[in-house]
Amino acid sequence: MPAQLTVLSGKGGTGKTTVAASFLSLAGGAVAADCDVDAPNLHLLLDPTLVSSEPFEGAMVAHIDPEKCVKCTICEEACPFGAIKDLMVDPYSCEGCGVCELLCLDGAARLVPEITGDLFVSETRFGPLAHALLRPGGEASGKLVTRVKEAASRLAGERGLGLVIVDGSPGIGCPVIASVAGSDLILAVAEPTLSGLWGLERIHGVAKHFGVKMAVCVNKDDINPEIAEQVRRYCSEAQLQVLGEVPFDEEVNQATMNGEVLVERYDGPAANALKTLWEQTMALLESVKTKI
Amino acid sequence: MLISVASGKGGTGKTTIAANLAWAASTLEPVTFLDCDVEEPDSHFYIKPEWLGEEGVCIPVPVVDASRCDGCGKCAEFCRYNALAAIKGDVLIFEELCHGCGGCALVCPFKCITYADRRIGIVREGARGGIHLYQGLLDIGEPVAVPVLKRVKERQAGEGLSIVDCPPGTSCPMVNAISGSDYCILVTEPSPFGRHDLNLAHRAASELGVPHGVLINRSSPNDAVIDDYCDEEGLQILGGIPFSRELAEACSRGELRTETDKTWSWRFLKILEEVKKACLLSLPS
Repeated sequence: MPAQLTVLSGKGGTGKTTVAASFLSLAGGAVAADCDVDAPNLHLLLDPTLVSSEPFEGAMVAHIDPEKCVKCTICEEACPFGAIKDLMVDPYSCEGCGVCELLCLDGAARLVPEITGDLFVSETRFGPLAHALLRPGGEASGKLVTRVKEAASRLAGERGLGLVIVDGSPGIGCPVIASVAGSDLILAVAEPTLSGLWGLERIHGVAKHFGVKMAVCVNKDDINPEIAEQVRRYCSEAQLQVLGEVPFDEEVNQATMNGEVLVERYDGPAANALKTLWEQTMALLESVKTKI
Repeated sequence: MLISVASGKGGTGKTTIAANLAWAASTLEPVTFLDCDVEEPDSHFYIKPEWLGEEGVCIPVPVVDASRCDGCGKCAEFCRYNALAAIKGDVLIFEELCHGCGGCALVCPFKCITYADRRIGIVREGARGGIHLYQGLLDIGEPVAVPVLKRVKERQAGEGLSIVDCPPGTSCPMVNAISGSDYCILVTEPSPFGRHDLNLAHRAASELGVPHGVLINRSSPNDAVIDDYCDEEGLQILGGIPFSRELAEACSRGELRTETDKTWSWRFLKILEEVKKACLLSLPS
């Protein structure tokens, strides 16, 4: 099994994708997995060539056949999610449980598989990329994340690559839990803001809950020195290693605007901090792996 | 009136904008603030409410009466979420996977399945000034955010103004948060990431038939990357919040600029006026 490094943050927009893309460049041969399946951005920096794509049947959705329906409305009354109104199914509310199908005496209500996204494999200048796109309102984002990770693992096996770098999604819910599963190390990217610190505490809760080792990188470290200090204090009390501090640097914005990978094109304070962060992260990942 | 503030991409400034909008509006009318980003709710840093109370959000999960169960496995066979497994005549329950549909109890031939409430989060209530806040908070380790979010939305003020702070992304939590809105403000930033995820959010809002427009946060003198996209798509731009390091620092401390600075208050009231106008225009004639 390849090692899995997962970049997460809790709060959105703290710089996960910037860090993950730079890491892929510095790794010189790792598999990329973009597990932010409902707002993926990693491909925007990696300039990928699509190799294959397949539809993802993520959910079952109820369907009522008007030819067979005798309008008894049992399904409407029984639907635990209130998804059936006037004998029409609202696909966004339907959770595909099958209670309507069970109770319909006329075979009119049935569950049908629904395509809720697409799974892609692409080739980039840094190696293969497994990614996906959930359709709007799509169910089962966690399952699609698992499929992306399976594809990444398979690619690592085929190419003899020892590392999968996962770019995760914000939050702590189902797609994040699916990204955390099987990770050897989580790198949490935190911002020195009140909500950044709160996001860090919550994602740390998830890491502990699932027993995965986590370390921290503080991004835009100098934007609020006082809260940056609070973040460091939290980390030290929670025994979380701070692997790097990346300063606010206009070059980061410039690289993002141009769709560039920071460490590939720039040499400023943020790019240099990311290089040090990469070395620290690899050293920690190595020690975590040997412990196992 | 229900206005939601959403974005595809995380960290574009949804909460900053929703909270400032709410504060500016609350100088004129009472505002209900619904924090539906239940995985990472952070509106309380800006609104700084006095907390008034909280209630647990529970979903029903099955309980099997082992003395009557013969391990036939019909419940496990029915469950689409793999929340039950029948192994060697015993039924195992994986509570986190349960959606609480009740199907297992319906199919059980021995009627030995009942339901117990399991807490997955809370909704807390607070207030300051003219803002009444309801904030959902998903418990750590819980995968399913939507029931908590729906409970928050039930607290919507009937006639008055309610503002929904939405979760990022475009999957089920975001769609549930914006559904039923009179208008959705899509917050974006002038970068390729912002544009890409704005496109996804625009598609989600369009599919739901929710009228929407764009607010550019961290706006620069040249926002062509977003301007061009909105032109192509015929999307209304409601305004822009210029990038400034002072503003970023104020946000990091959870300061509401509309609270201390009249120009900002005025700026957000203008945005609200634009939204109200757009709502009137989008009413079916």
